[in-house]
Amino acid sequence: MTRQVKKIICIVCPRGCEITVELEDGKIKSIKGYSCPLGKQYAEKEVVNPERILMSIVECVGGDLPVVSVKTAKPIPLSRMIEASKALADIAVKAPVEIGDKIFENLLGLGVDVIATRPCHEQRG
Amino acid sequence: MLSPKSKPSYGVIVVPDRITKKDYDTVVIGGGPAGLAAALKAREKGLETLVVETRDRLGGIPLQCIHPGFGIHYFKEDMTGPEFVYRFIDKLLSTDIDYTVKSYVNMAEYVSPMEKKLEIITPYGTEIVRTKTIIYAAGARERTRYEIGITGPNPAGIMTAGEAQTLMDMYGVMPGKKILIVGSGDVGLIMARRFVLEGAEVVGVVEILPYPSGLIRNVQQCLKDYGIPLLLSHMVISVKQRNGRVSSAVVVKVDENFKPIQGTENEIECDTIVIAAGLKPRTKLLESLGAQIDPRTKGPVVNEYFETTIPGVFAAGNALIINDYVDYAVEQGELAALAATKYVDEKGIRIKKPVKIVLGRNMRLIVPQMLTLTSDALFYGRVARPEDNVWLSFKEIGFKIPQLKVLPSIMIRQKIRLDKLRMLETDTLTVEVIPRD
Repeated sequence: MTRQVKKIICIVCPRGCEITVELEDGKIKSIKGYSCPLGKQYAEKEVVNPERILMSIVECVGGDLPVVSVKTAKPIPLSRMIEASKALADIAVKAPVEIGDKIFENLLGLGVDVIATRPCHEQRG
Repeated sequence: MLSPKSKPSYGVIVVPDRITKKDYDTVVIGGGPAGLAAALKAREKGLETLVVETRDRLGGIPLQCIHPGFGIHYFKEDMTGPEFVYRFIDKLLSTDIDYTVKSYVNMAEYVSPMEKKLEIITPYGTEIVRTKTIIYAAGARERTRYEIGITGPNPAGIMTAGEAQTLMDMYGVMPGKKILIVGSGDVGLIMARRFVLEGAEVVGVVEILPYPSGLIRNVQQCLKDYGIPLLLSHMVISVKQRNGRVSSAVVVKVDENFKPIQGTENEIECDTIVIAAGLKPRTKLLESLGAQIDPRTKGPVVNEYFETTIPGVFAAGNALIINDYVDYAVEQGELAALAATKYVDEKGIRIKKPVKIVLGRNMRLIVPQMLTLTSDALFYGRVARPEDNVWLSFKEIGFKIPQLKVLPSIMIRQKIRLDKLRMLETDTLTVEVIPRD
């Protein structure tokens, strides 16, 4: 039987709780130090498969700003963040874009879409 | 003067002339989170409201904070900066609140308790506006390289973290390829991650203090996640250049008095140096009105209504105190708006008993710095040094709150109800952090 204690800094909210997860043969034995259900969920995930929301920018043609900000609609594996960001470097969208518009589908085949987080309106005048 | 145009969708490019009146109940200076929240609350309470914003659109700094982590407290969902602030922008655009962008208040004059005169420079010319109250929410400015002692030549490639953020995440311009970050405040940490995600190399984050100054979660998700080195107790002593561009920085370890330790110099190759040395409230206009400035917060001295020492002039957001979370800026904006409403309705904020807040053991700064003893008070403060297992104590009223851990990077926020405050028999109230045995 292998015991393991992992200390995790929760990133769900700015509070930054330090959560201690005790593992036995890779299975979670106890979780301590969280102060909300979201924190507990985060810790459960973090010890097995850390995931993050990716944030980036995508070129926006004809917009009032040259780029539109985007994020993944769901967290993706931390290990694939840079690769995922690269995949967004070569694409461009056309203005207008509204918050929540789908910018890219099924990023890296992860089954996660990329959505706009800032409007980009058509350049006028 | 041009006639008011039809309402554009987001107040960008086509600048609407929305200063429709000569007299307002309140003029909100600054269209960021604190200002937008203040304007919405003020209008909700029936005040004739004008918002003045210098940039070409409403929203302020969250527009370029494209990372998630906003709104968990206020909206109970995880959002990015633009998503968060557009909730407020969209709401404001659905009201009849006047606003003007690409505009700034050039001059403010205190005429009488119920009249302040503002000279506002707009794309359409200069407007003179009278108002009963001002809510000053003009945010903060970043500290520069010179304020942290990085003097010498000025090659291309040295910029503040916020400037790098504007370049990259508003305009899509990469600031460099090999980047050294100076200062471990949140903006610096967040930019470290953004640089790496966009293909640059971050050679390190240099921090003079023995602990990171940003939020612990940002140390995790911005540095540790990507293996970026954090050099604590280090400082940059010189910058070298080649062909007019940064080529390296000389970094040195410091002792507990922040003095460089001889022989620990290390030259780090980089083409860009990003200064993330913290923020300072913007106070120029408040100072021109004669408002007293607190040397600790660097913002105005205020009472529990966030009213400055100039009657009817309120402050909120990072112009008041450098906040950790946008939620606090919003909260201060709303409180300032309620206070402005009270001021307009009651023709001033009365003082029951003037109380001075005194900083006690391990407290570095606090707002409000004074009380009128006519309302509950919401305190925001910072400790001087990290400590475990302590009381946050409001000495003269015998009110103590246990704290497991206090850190300079984590703002203390504590509400004290009026009935508690009324127990005060002295004219000072000491806020201190004391050990819990």
